[in-house]
Amino acid sequence: MNFMKFRPLFLIISVSLLFASVFSIIKWGFQWSVDFSGGSSWQISLPSKPDTNEIKKIFSDEKINLESISNNQEKYSLKFENISSDQKNKIDQSLKKLDQNFVDLQFETLGPVLGKELLKKTVYAIILSALSLLLFIGTRFKDLSFGASAVLAMFHDAIILVGSFSILGHFFGAEVDALFVTAILTTLSASVHDTVVTFDRIRELRRNTYQLDWVQLANQAISEVIVRSINNSMTIIFMLFSLVVLGGASTRWFATALLIGVICGTYSSTAVAIPLMLLSKKKK
Amino acid sequence: MPKNNRHLTVFWTILAVTFLCLIINLPPQLNIFGRTLYRPDFSMSLGSFKFKPNLDLRYGLDLAGGASLIYDIDTTKVKKEDLPDALESLKINIERRVNLFGVSESSVKLSNQAGNNRLIVELPGITNINEAIDLIGKTAQLSFMGMIDIPPEATATATLKDVLKDTGLNGSHLIKASPQPNPNTGVIEVSLEFNPEGTKIFEKATTDFLNKRLAIILDDEIITAPNVSVVIPDGKAVINGSFDIKSAKALSAQLNAGALPLPIKLIQQSQVAATLGQDSIDKGIKAGLIGLAMVTLFMIGNYGFLGLIANFSLVIYGLITLTLYRLIPVTLTFPGIVGFILSVGMAVDSNILIFERMKEEIRAGKSWNNAMELGFGRAWNSIKDANTCTIITGLILFNPFNWTFLNSSGMVRGFAVTLLLGIVLSIFTGVYVTRNLLRILARKNNI
Repeated sequence: MNFMKFRPLFLIISVSLLFASVFSIIKWGFQWSVDFSGGSSWQISLPSKPDTNEIKKIFSDEKINLESISNNQEKYSLKFENISSDQKNKIDQSLKKLDQNFVDLQFETLGPVLGKELLKKTVYAIILSALSLLLFIGTRFKDLSFGASAVLAMFHDAIILVGSFSILGHFFGAEVDALFVTAILTTLSASVHDTVVTFDRIRELRRNTYQLDWVQLANQAISEVIVRSINNSMTIIFMLFSLVVLGGASTRWFATALLIGVICGTYSSTAVAIPLMLLSKKKK
Repeated sequence: MPKNNRHLTVFWTILAVTFLCLIINLPPQLNIFGRTLYRPDFSMSLGSFKFKPNLDLRYGLDLAGGASLIYDIDTTKVKKEDLPDALESLKINIERRVNLFGVSESSVKLSNQAGNNRLIVELPGITNINEAIDLIGKTAQLSFMGMIDIPPEATATATLKDVLKDTGLNGSHLIKASPQPNPNTGVIEVSLEFNPEGTKIFEKATTDFLNKRLAIILDDEIITAPNVSVVIPDGKAVINGSFDIKSAKALSAQLNAGALPLPIKLIQQSQVAATLGQDSIDKGIKAGLIGLAMVTLFMIGNYGFLGLIANFSLVIYGLITLTLYRLIPVTLTFPGIVGFILSVGMAVDSNILIFERMKEEIRAGKSWNNAMELGFGRAWNSIKDANTCTIITGLILFNPFNWTFLNSSGMVRGFAVTLLLGIVLSIFTGVYVTRNLLRILARKNNI
């Protein structure tokens, strides 16, 4: 099948996805979790389901700046500035008065230093991954353009993933936290994983068929591996999808991020990595 | 045929390993049809070598519930060459305070993150985080003060402060205090050991206050005020009074607790209730099982008999993975469970690659057995290259050399460790196990 004739379509899809991502990142930014922004994040359970305004009042009485509060049934999650343990004790007591069955589920306080460190380390990790993969693929295929296009396709996926979290954050409150960093790096590797399988087939075909036209080689390779590519992604998607739907709230967004990453990675190996690689071949 | 004999041996070995893993993963007690079965105890001893495995799965704080505290250590006041010792003694001190709290399996770790020294304290099962913070952060001030003779006419108006003169010796100079019996008399004493700087100050103090009393003060309270009978130049001192073992131990603990060699500042605290953790485990297991069911159905639907064999390999994969979690042991965190679930999805990837390859070879007119061997052989290149890429990223996430410019937080690591283990094992089960199962089972079932 002639997949490469869809190259203009792939270009339109990728460019508009990238554009939407960059637009959202610039316009709306991210919902940073306390991992990055510093502050306190608190999950509590109040079985009597009081109105959030009553909780807001407790915080304003203590002169604590409550940034956000939301609830799902009896589970409330709150975000506020860093507080002292005395203040926390007072709030605990007030909440106990409000609801005697009050349960402290999860409490987290972070200084802003840790978040900055994490962000810096993530960038380093991405650069290090990109360089190692570029080197590995470049040497394995004895052709740096294979490595470069795989890595560029990988960045394409990473930008779309980050952008979609900016959009999800703006509309559904998805937070960028420490786990999101893990999701980005996993996406990078899943994306490359898929690309390498296709590249591998191109290399093999080139060796066995003496076919010299790169576009034809690419088309044949994609036709041969696309079923595998989709089937494989389907199995991972099944696992992740059930995590998104059934898993706990704490990792729902994490699984969503991985899901977006896997879908993106499957698309980009055919639609981004191969056309990019062909670009370098045409010039020769 | 000898070749087939070898295949049979491999086949039975695989089954035996699977069975062993299955037993290890059974609950310690199992009630079937009113009978109680016990999981065998795998303890054994070979000469002096004792093997007594703890086969329980370990859960991280986010699943088991508990508190974790991260402190920034202020190292500006310590000379560089003294830093390693100071950090170690800080760790020991905090450990002692944590032990006072009576939590089992608590951990105190030092970490160096991009030049910042941190102290990470994990307290499983603690529900009141404030109590823990108070206990650990309590900076009991230990000081040594000489008692001055005061003129009789001032006695009436003198306060405690007037009779005490600071010697400059304090808790930061104390290496340790420990109860011990006097070698000559057998009377219980508390021995003190000072660092080099403290030794000098102590020598001067014992000279200045020879035949006078030297008060040991913890948090503005005089614990004891022994008489100085000789000048002590070696930084070792004993406090003798009327101690019994219990009071000597208590005093040593108090003195040790007061001696934090480096100031610490709390920068992160988190606490998870055990109920929330149980909820996460239950949901994770449920999601995993349903996802797994979908994957197995998908494989059978797509590849029929081959898919069924791949599913067997997948079960073997799951059992071996869980066994390794128990034996290594791997501490499971929620991201770790996600990594495991994700690796199940990846585990079937090798099989899909191979089966698609087999289909191609069959279409090209090869016999089933030939197609199978060719499929495995040719798919191996792709499997190797593609998985190496995932392993590279996994290693960067795991950060095995503790490079300070990379992340080393428990969450990210927990994910990386299960993902890495998953990839390596899935290559083994997806390629080696599936191939050998097919060799034996497909021979009888020549489709």
